[in-house]
Amino acid sequence: MSDFYETGPSKPVTESIRVDKVSPKARRMHNIRAIVVVILAILMLIPILVMTQTAFKTRADVVSVPPTIVFKPSLEGFVFLFTERAIAPPGRIKALQEAAETGDLSLFDRVALNSGQEITGLSDYVGRLTNSLIIAGLSTVFAVVLGLFAAYAFSRFPVAGKDDLMFFILSTRMLPAVVVTIPLFIMYRQLGMHDTHIGMILLYTVFNLSLSVWLLKGFIDEIPIEYEEAALVDGYTRMQAFYKIVLPQAITGIAATAVFCLIFAWNEYAFALMLTSDTARTAPPSIATMLGRGGIEWSAIAAGSLGFLIPVAVVVFLLRNYLLRGVTFGAIRQ
Amino acid sequence: MSSVELQHITKKFRTVTALNDVSFTVKNREFFVLLGPTGAGKTTTLRIIAALLHQDSGSVLFDGESVDDWTPADRDVAFVFQQYSLYPTMTVYDNLAFPLRSPMRKTPGPEIKEKVQRAAEILHIGHLLDRKTANLSGGEMQRVAIGRAIVREPRIFLMDEPLSNLDAKLRESLRVELQHMQKTQGNTTLFVTHDQIEALTMADRIGVLNEGRIVQVGTPNDIYDRPATTFVAQLVGSPRINLFDARVEDSQLWLVGSKISVPCPTDRTMPATVQVGIRPEDIQPDPKGKFSGEVILTEPLGVETILHIRSGEQVLTSLIPGISSMRLHDTVHFNILRDRLHYFDDSGKRIGQ
Ligand SMILES: Nc1ncnc2c1ncn2[C@@H]1O[C@H](COP(=O)(O)OP(=O)(O)O)[C@@H](O)[C@H]1O
Ligand SMILES: [Mg+2]
Repeated sequence: MSDFYETGPSKPVTESIRVDKVSPKARRMHNIRAIVVVILAILMLIPILVMTQTAFKTRADVVSVPPTIVFKPSLEGFVFLFTERAIAPPGRIKALQEAAETGDLSLFDRVALNSGQEITGLSDYVGRLTNSLIIAGLSTVFAVVLGLFAAYAFSRFPVAGKDDLMFFILSTRMLPAVVVTIPLFIMYRQLGMHDTHIGMILLYTVFNLSLSVWLLKGFIDEIPIEYEEAALVDGYTRMQAFYKIVLPQAITGIAATAVFCLIFAWNEYAFALMLTSDTARTAPPSIATMLGRGGIEWSAIAAGSLGFLIPVAVVVFLLRNYLLRGVTFGAIRQ
Repeated sequence: MSSVELQHITKKFRTVTALNDVSFTVKNREFFVLLGPTGAGKTTTLRIIAALLHQDSGSVLFDGESVDDWTPADRDVAFVFQQYSLYPTMTVYDNLAFPLRSPMRKTPGPEIKEKVQRAAEILHIGHLLDRKTANLSGGEMQRVAIGRAIVREPRIFLMDEPLSNLDAKLRESLRVELQHMQKTQGNTTLFVTHDQIEALTMADRIGVLNEGRIVQVGTPNDIYDRPATTFVAQLVGSPRINLFDARVEDSQLWLVGSKISVPCPTDRTMPATVQVGIRPEDIQPDPKGKFSGEVILTEPLGVETILHIRSGEQVLTSLIPGISSMRLHDTVHFNILRDRLHYFDDSGKRIGQ
């Protein structure tokens, strides 16, 4: 090959040299890299695998040592998760046992018989998960929309004291969140915002805003201003230019920012524990408190965590194409 | 189409004065070229006309009417940017249709289609209409950018070095097309460039801009034959004009550091020290020539040859037609066309005419 470059072809070139052919060595490297990635991914996914398995195990399988890998799946954990139960009176157990001999027991009856507990009503899990969806979802929307406008202004207009303001916005992140929970708790009490959806949405919006402004400003700075100027000259107002020109180009950045905000609001534990008790309580503190109730229902906790995982996984999956480009922070242009 | 007039425009960016009392008029249907080196303030001038920037003082007039309070959309100009002008998320068709779809213009659908087709035809980009702009070549991109300007009838075309990012061959062909288009459609055009050849070949009139000031406005002939300053003289013409310090002694002009002297012109008053400019084509080898020197370099270009001739401590460049038979270190005799000499005073201003 190197001879070729030095001397040129000594006879007519009759066969094509494919530049897209990968050399065996490069292909081997590629395979090795792929294997390493797969192994790492499996290692990372082990906790999730264990959690998923646990969610479908019966009480006996959960606590067995060594852990059972192959087991008969059961929905017991999910029944526990979605219901409130009380210790069943002995008479009821006896009746169930008799019914079991004749062979027609419903799923709920079977769970009651196995655990000695009787279902008394629905649990609050669905309500908590709904709270999480509302609070995390809306606060993400607000943080991204407000952040987008602020970032655009900081990026495009000669805002007085721009650098100081940007630093100020960043500085709101420097205090550990836990430090401000007590003052916030007192403020929210006084303002009547304790345990309200509005209060939590406001809190997460404000908390995410700094991240959102900084991330989005970076993305908007990357978009050359000439595009908007061209649109202005072409007969559009600044708002129309923003909508038609800036938004489509900022979409990857917006998606990445939204995911970061959503994950923060979705996972947030400390504020939620302090500032909510019932109406606006989100999933993270409620799953944690399941640990504290009587006997630990590991399968129910695992089932609850699984349900908690799904919405974020779905969002990230839907936005994956934007994210791949977005999280490189504009290192790759267009 | 409109005439556009700038009156005493000044623009500062903090400490930098980008434009300093700039005044000139682009007449209706004229091809006006603003020529100047990088950083002269050319882009700033265009941006002020398009209202993307606001001047610190002075006025912009369209057809004699002040447009200082008008927004970019109101001014209805077409701007071809130096770079980054195509919307990367849209197809070529959508890029061309974008100005027509502006809520301000409300062009009906069939008309948009017709106008885009026509512009695409003029610029030979009909086959590209469905492509995304990201994977076009540089030449194609610039064609689309020009196309976006010609789909509508703006009051003036502002073009910011539209050809400077293209390779030489493409630049030449697009230059001819642009010129043809402007002449057949009679568009008022303000074309910005740092390339003197573009300016000389395309312009009806040229305005020379240097460090934020208009140095000279005139036809290509004016600019080339009667440069107002040494700056203009050196900016236009390739190879560059020969410029020498000279002393007046006994009604002779002596070029400092050489054995060359010419009679002092009598039709104008000359200070004791001047600068003399001689275009390379006005130094003509001739066996019976009055002056002589040594050939120290030849640059054959095919149709012509550049000779570098040493006389004393000075080196003159001479441009002669065809391939020269001169060889290195030959002694060459030459004449200087006296009535084509340019005289400048110490500050660089032209003396006389
Ligand atoms: N937005 C700006 N901020 C600060 N200085 C600027 C800005 N735009 C242009 N300048 C300065 O003004 C001068 C003229 O710039 P410009 O009009 O772009 O020149 P040209 O287009 O002739 O190369 C330059 O010195 C440039 O650095
Ligand atoms: Mg420029």
